[in-house]
Amino acid sequence: MEKVMVKGTEAIGEAAIRAGCRHFFGYPITPQSELPEYMSKRLPEVGGVFLQTESEVATVNMLYGAACTGTRVMTSTSSPGFSLMMEGVSYMACAQLPAVFVNVVRGGPGLGDIQPAQGDYWQATKGGGHGDYKLIVLAPSTVQEAVDLTVLAFDLADKYRTPALILADGLLGQMMEPVEFPEFRDLETLPDHSSWALTGANGRKPHIVTSFDIDPYVLEKMNLELVEKYKEIEKNEVRWEEFKTEDAEIIITAFGTVGRIAKSVVEMARKDGLKIGLFRPITVWPFPYKPLEELAEKVEMFFDVEMNMGQMLEDVRLAVKDKKPIAFYSRMGGVVPTPNEIYEALKKEIGRRVK
Amino acid sequence: MRFIFAGFGGQGVMLMGQILAYAGMIEGKNVTWMPSYGPEMRGGTANCTVVVSDDQVASPVVDKAEVVVAMNIPSMLKFQDYITENGYFFLNKSVIDREPDRKDDVKIYKIQCNEIADELGNLKVANMVMLGAVIGATNIVSKESVFKALEKKLTGKKSELIEINKKAIEEGIRKAREQ
Repeated sequence: MEKVMVKGTEAIGEAAIRAGCRHFFGYPITPQSELPEYMSKRLPEVGGVFLQTESEVATVNMLYGAACTGTRVMTSTSSPGFSLMMEGVSYMACAQLPAVFVNVVRGGPGLGDIQPAQGDYWQATKGGGHGDYKLIVLAPSTVQEAVDLTVLAFDLADKYRTPALILADGLLGQMMEPVEFPEFRDLETLPDHSSWALTGANGRKPHIVTSFDIDPYVLEKMNLELVEKYKEIEKNEVRWEEFKTEDAEIIITAFGTVGRIAKSVVEMARKDGLKIGLFRPITVWPFPYKPLEELAEKVEMFFDVEMNMGQMLEDVRLAVKDKKPIAFYSRMGGVVPTPNEIYEALKKEIGRRVK
Repeated sequence: MRFIFAGFGGQGVMLMGQILAYAGMIEGKNVTWMPSYGPEMRGGTANCTVVVSDDQVASPVVDKAEVVVAMNIPSMLKFQDYITENGYFFLNKSVIDREPDRKDDVKIYKIQCNEIADELGNLKVANMVMLGAVIGATNIVSKESVFKALEKKLTGKKSELIEINKKAIEEGIRKAREQ
């Protein structure tokens, strides 16, 4: 298929449609409004429904309702908007509903700003809403990967009956790169949800989709079912990328946009003869603890780089344990670190330790 | 090769970058286009970064650029120190009435973008005059690829504008090669 130049946000939208998504609910917020805008134009062309809601709270509840029917549904938002959706996300996780959320993260906390950031990592991977639940969280670093992971998000959400989240950021959302889109999915071939979906109970026993039970013993059973499911996801769906790690002495850990910027740092360092590699989690939940732990046996040191105060750093520590030192560099507030700046920080860190 | 295009909102700097990136893609190169975004639509400064490479583009964010295109004075001042040694510095002479501080170790091209565009009959193609100059001087992509990119980008009613944009590109190439 021919390559086209598209913005990250629009690429995610088109990928969703090709994956069979026909329902989008959303409320505009920078830096992702191009995604609902794109869907508002494209969905009617393919017989789908686009609905601009009155708020993010309405969005997530419409998504909840539509997902109950077993159809592929999606919304996108940016940080403060995703916070508003948290209650509904928790409900959907408990009700075991497949849906795809996109958070094009911007500077925070609070109203923050509209520039790229990664401060929503904890919210995405450690809960965010109330109760015991997890989201499948995919963190693309290029526009092509955003396309591929959007399709994957729908498939995983369906396979495990759970909400999935694309954790992007303003930079990935706004930049353009050539991409190749997958073919349109035949809607007839999408997973069959007839065993649980609310499709009209005429002639059969009614289905119940709920996140509630007044009896603690019944609710605990629902909890245990979720626990089993999350274990299954942790077993099967861990994804990551390694770049020049074979002979590396120092490993940079970074996800999303910073993950690709760090690739340039690796190239710069290799030119200077430094053996640096990159470990980039693609699923930030389930986090690739095991492969990272295995690297800890081989390398001297880790250098974690993020656009937040050190959120994924906690997962890196859980993986590396006390085996090797972990240094950290970050920018926040919507400031994107440049390759040179990261490299200088890395060299300083090496110098400090060699002394 | 890394490019920074900068100017006032409304001068078409985003489109300049997009057409270049598109042309690069048509030639099978790896490209990224990254805009500054924010409250800068009209009157403020806007810029975009384009990387055109034979290899995979790792960082779309750059500390340095081989080519800086400044369509106004604030952009010239802001980005002059980004240019690599012996890099290219393109200045829109119609708007920039002073010398940059950075001039000894870079190749400077001063292009009367607005006047040339005006003579062609549409001031709005000043950006394409400049883009022509950029490809005329750097040869990063061929004129034909840029024309193809224009045809892809300007569709529907905008397709009426393809011809004048092509003329602007050609004029820009000529001006750059005269210097």
